[in-house]
Parts: sequence; C-alpha cells; structure tokens
Amino acid sequence: MLIALGAVIAFLMPLGYMGTTAFKTIQQIIDPHSVLLPSSPMTYNYQGKDYTLYQVPTEQGIRTLALVEPGREESGWIDPANPAAGIITWVGRWRTLEPVYEIRPTLDNFPRAWDQINFPRLFRNTLFISLSSTLGAVISSIFVAYGFARFRFRGKNTLFLLLMASIILPTQVTLIPQYIFFRSIGWGGTWLPLIVPHFFANAYNVFLLRQYFRGIPRDLDEAATIDGANPLRILFSVIIPQSWSALTAVSLFHFFWAWNDFFTPLVYLQGNPELYPISVGLTEFTNAFTTQPGLAMAAAMMTLALPAVLFFSAQRAFMQGIVITGVEK
Amino acid sequence: MVGKTKRWKLGLAQREELWGFAFVGLWIIGFFLWTAIPMTASLVFSFTNLNPIHPDQTRFVGLANYMLLFNDLQVRDATWITLRFALISVPLSIVVPLAIAVLVNSKYLIGKNIFRTLFYMPYLIPVVVGVMVWQGILNSESGWLNRIIEAIFGIKGPRWFQDEFWVLPALTIMGFWGIGNTMLTLLAGLQNVPTEMYEAAEVDGAGPVYTFFRITLPMISPVIFYNLTIALICAFQYFTQAYIIGNGRGDPNGQTTFYNIYLYKTAFAFQDMGYGSTLAWAMFIVVLILTVILFKTQSRWVYYGGGED
Repeated sequence: MLIALGAVIAFLMPLGYMGTTAFKTIQQIIDPHSVLLPSSPMTYNYQGKDYTLYQVPTEQGIRTLALVEPGREESGWIDPANPAAGIITWVGRWRTLEPVYEIRPTLDNFPRAWDQINFPRLFRNTLFISLSSTLGAVISSIFVAYGFARFRFRGKNTLFLLLMASIILPTQVTLIPQYIFFRSIGWGGTWLPLIVPHFFANAYNVFLLRQYFRGIPRDLDEAATIDGANPLRILFSVIIPQSWSALTAVSLFHFFWAWNDFFTPLVYLQGNPELYPISVGLTEFTNAFTTQPGLAMAAAMMTLALPAVLFFSAQRAFMQGIVITGVEK
Repeated sequence: MVGKTKRWKLGLAQREELWGFAFVGLWIIGFFLWTAIPMTASLVFSFTNLNPIHPDQTRFVGLANYMLLFNDLQVRDATWITLRFALISVPLSIVVPLAIAVLVNSKYLIGKNIFRTLFYMPYLIPVVVGVMVWQGILNSESGWLNRIIEAIFGIKGPRWFQDEFWVLPALTIMGFWGIGNTMLTLLAGLQNVPTEMYEAAEVDGAGPVYTFFRITLPMISPVIFYNLTIALICAFQYFTQAYIIGNGRGDPNGQTTFYNIYLYKTAFAFQDMGYGSTLAWAMFIVVLILTVILFKTQSRWVYYGGGED
C-alpha cells in the first residue's frame, strides 16, 4: 500500500509541478522558499508603503514584524497588530531572519498564454481535425470489422494477416510518396491529408471491433436474416446497438491519437501556422516558454483540459475497451 | 431437383462472399492507396535522386543512395543514438510497467481502480504537453527533480537537457509517462493467470519470488512478447519528444538526432526525397529483421497455453 502510494506520487509528481507552477509568477518559481506552493513574502502596508514581514525573536517570543528601517546591526520595525506603538528597534542582523510567506497564486499566466499562442484558433483546428478523422476511422472500421467478423470469402485469412502486418510497418516507408501524391493533387497545406486516409479503416480499430463483433451471438443475426433483413440492416439493427462500449473505446482511442498527433501535421502543414493543431502550434512556442515555466504550465493545463474531461467521463467504457484489446492481442 | 438446391446453396455462399468483399473492400482500396502503392513508389524513389526543388533533374542513380547510406557519418551517429536509446528504454518500458502492474494487482492494495486510473492517465497526456511538463521538472535550476537531488544528496543535479551525456537518460525518464497502455495489457495478462496455479504453488511451499519467475512470468509471456515487439518498433520511430527537446536541431550537439529525425530532415527540410526513401527503407528492413528474430525466439521463452493460435 505504501509502496503503491509512493510510486503513484512519484509518477504524478510532474502533474503536481504543472498544477502549482501554472499559478506562479517568475519570482516565485526562482524563490527556493516557494518550491511547492505559489507563495510570496507577506507584506504590510504602513503609511502608504509595503514592508516585508519577518519572524523576529524578541523577549516576548517570536513576533511577526514589518521591516521599516533596515540597518546593518539594528533595524526599525512596526508591529502590524499595533502600528500606533510606532517604530520598535531590534538589535541584530535582519538578513538572518526568516520572512513570513503567504500563499499567493497568480492567474495571470492563463490569459497571457491564451493570447500568446492564439489558443482559440489552435483549439478549433485540433477539434475539427480530430473529430472528422475519428468519424472516418470509426465508421470505416465498423464496416471492415463486420466483414472480417461475419462473412466467409476467399483470401480472408491472408487479407487479415496483411492487415495485422501493417501495424509493424513504419509510417516513414509510405510517407514520402504519400507526401508527393498529396502535394501533386493540391492538398499540400490543407487538412485533407490528415483526415482522408482515416476513412479507409485501420488495423487497430478493425482488430478490436472484429474481436468484439465475434463475441456477439450469431443467433441474433440468423433470426434477423430469416425475417428478411440484409447484412447491412443486421449491422445497423443488431451489431451496432450491442457494441456501444467497444465503439466508445475505439472512438476515444482514435480521438486521443489524433489530438496528440505531431508528426503528420508537422509534415503537411509546415509553413501554414493558421492551420496548425495544438501539438505543432504549442511547440512553436516551447522555446519561448522554457524561460517562463509558469506560462508553459498554464498552456499545458489548458491543452490537457479537454482530453482529461473526456477520459474521466468515459473512463469505464475506455478501460474495458483497452482490456479487450490487451487480452486478445 | 438436386441440382437446383445445389445452385441455390452456391448462390448463398457467393452472395456471402460478395457482401464480405463489399464490407472489407474499403480497407482493400485503402491498403493499395496508402500502403502498397506508396511502398513500391518509395522503393523506386530510393534508387533515384528525386528532389521536388529540381524535378526535371530526376534520374536513376542505381545504388548510389545505398552506398551513401553506408558511408554517411551522420547515419552512423543517428543509428548509434537510436540503438543506445533503444537499449536503455526498451527493457525499461517492459520492466517498469510490469512492476506497476504487479503492484496494482496486489491483493493487499486498497482502491486498486483509482491507482490503475492514475497510473494510466499520463499516457493520454498529449506528448507536447508531457514534454513541456518534463522540461519544467527537469529544469536544472528551478526543476523539482534537481531540488530533490540537492536536498537528499547535497549535490547539484545534472543539466538534463543541455548535457550530452544526460539527455538520453532524461528522455528515458520522460518515457515513463507513456507506460499506461503497456501496464494495462500486462495487468489484463496477470488477471488471466488461473488462481489454481498460485494455490498449487503455495501448497508446494514455493515462495513469492519463485512463484513470480516460474508461474507468473511464463503465463504472461505472450503479453510481454506483444509489448516487446511494439516497444522495439516504436523505439526506431522515436521522433516527437526528441524533436521538441532538440529544438528540431538535435540539441545538445546533435545528441538527439535520432534516426527518424535525420530521415525527416533529409526528406522534408532538404527535400532530398530519393535519399530519404533509402533511409526509410533501410529502417523498414532493420525493423523487419529484428521483428523476425524476435518472432523466432518466441519458441524459447513465450508460453502459449493449450489451444491458442
């Protein structure tokens, strides 16, 4: 139990770093007193000016006082609890004293990051690309998986083997001719190369859905066939209604993949910043962001928001879907 | 009469075949459009000096690209970096998720599902975001990791992303965030081990270590095999993290110029698509050979329970 807790804390530490750094100012990030939470030295306003509060050891114990007149060997202080008492003199070096910290998060990083990377545009682009490619991938994979799951035809096993083999094929082998092809039909600098190929099914989705479809009892299809339903009708009225969890899992898988994809947009959209999805758009700014971790983490949190919400709202179906693939592969 | 029935049956089988092809057809078309034809084309390109900047000068150059491949020092460096990284990260990408899977499968653990979700979650974090977060954590001055190192050991931590030696370990550490999927598949494997086997081992007086190596590992070896294959393929295609960390230039000092990054630069930055295709095919052949070797070793260590495949 303790090991698990320790491991999970170590594992999620970066998320904690993200969550707190996003609310820090630059001074707070550098300040070693403010490693965990965004905190700054507390100040006290005396006669229109802000003075830093320190823990001062006195005869009455440790008191929290505001440093008004700093000096080398003795300094003048004001007691915030009783400012009317005037300046208290304390002998000792104030630099050895501990300042009083308070948690003071800043929200500035979010709007600044939002404006700097043109977040709304990146978000819209990514959403459109991911949604349309997910739609294409899921619909086409349903048809293909159904074909492999329910019909006998010549060369089926060979075809299925070929489909599975395409998983180990590095994308780089087909990339250059595809790139040249898309350029030659005028699709360079558009979203089409990122979307259209997904309308032809892919191995992962087909495999998962085929496994799932094969688990649905054939009696139902047969009953529908006797009632005169054709295979297309059976797919829509028998198979799909029973496969929602698998379909959700496949859709989410693909959506996350498309949301995160970096390589394909980098290749096809290079030089068209107005078309960039978040992945590429954000990278353009990472160099500027490394000197300002607060901004970087705010941007990271904003990018994470949608996938996180999706994941937690569809967690059950999603985990089930993964376990199906995991076991069967 | 008999003939008629037979013809009817034949018709049914043919009709089934037609429907089958109609459904699968989409993928067959896609396979030719996006896989078979481009693969052949890139093989052909690899024997040319194709460069879209001067398309009229394109001609066959025979084996020149392949000769260059073997003499190209940058290819040598990039391959060496990729191999070194694969040697560190591939074993770890199995061992670490396996340890976590065993952990979250333990019967002593309360709230298993929460732990599983938490360990899985970072897998879904966009790579770009992950890189940004890790750049913060591993920042040599304000990053948490170096502050922890300084607090515990009293020494300054390395400058992870600026140091030629530490950049590969840093990338490996970053990779731990992507273990979610491997962990879950291994977990599913662990849960499929029949409990009777553990009970029998306990009766025989076997300790937990013996049980793990003699029962658990062999029983989940197919899942390990699957993940190992995927990890190997991914290691050769490693791109995004290295590209961002190296600012697209291979910083520090070319130490993040992985094979795939060199390929990308050759084909798309310098538009040398002939040589780029050669690099792609070389990668494909190496991956293919390694996969075949891995499949051949299967019979030595992968245990398939009765009746599978």
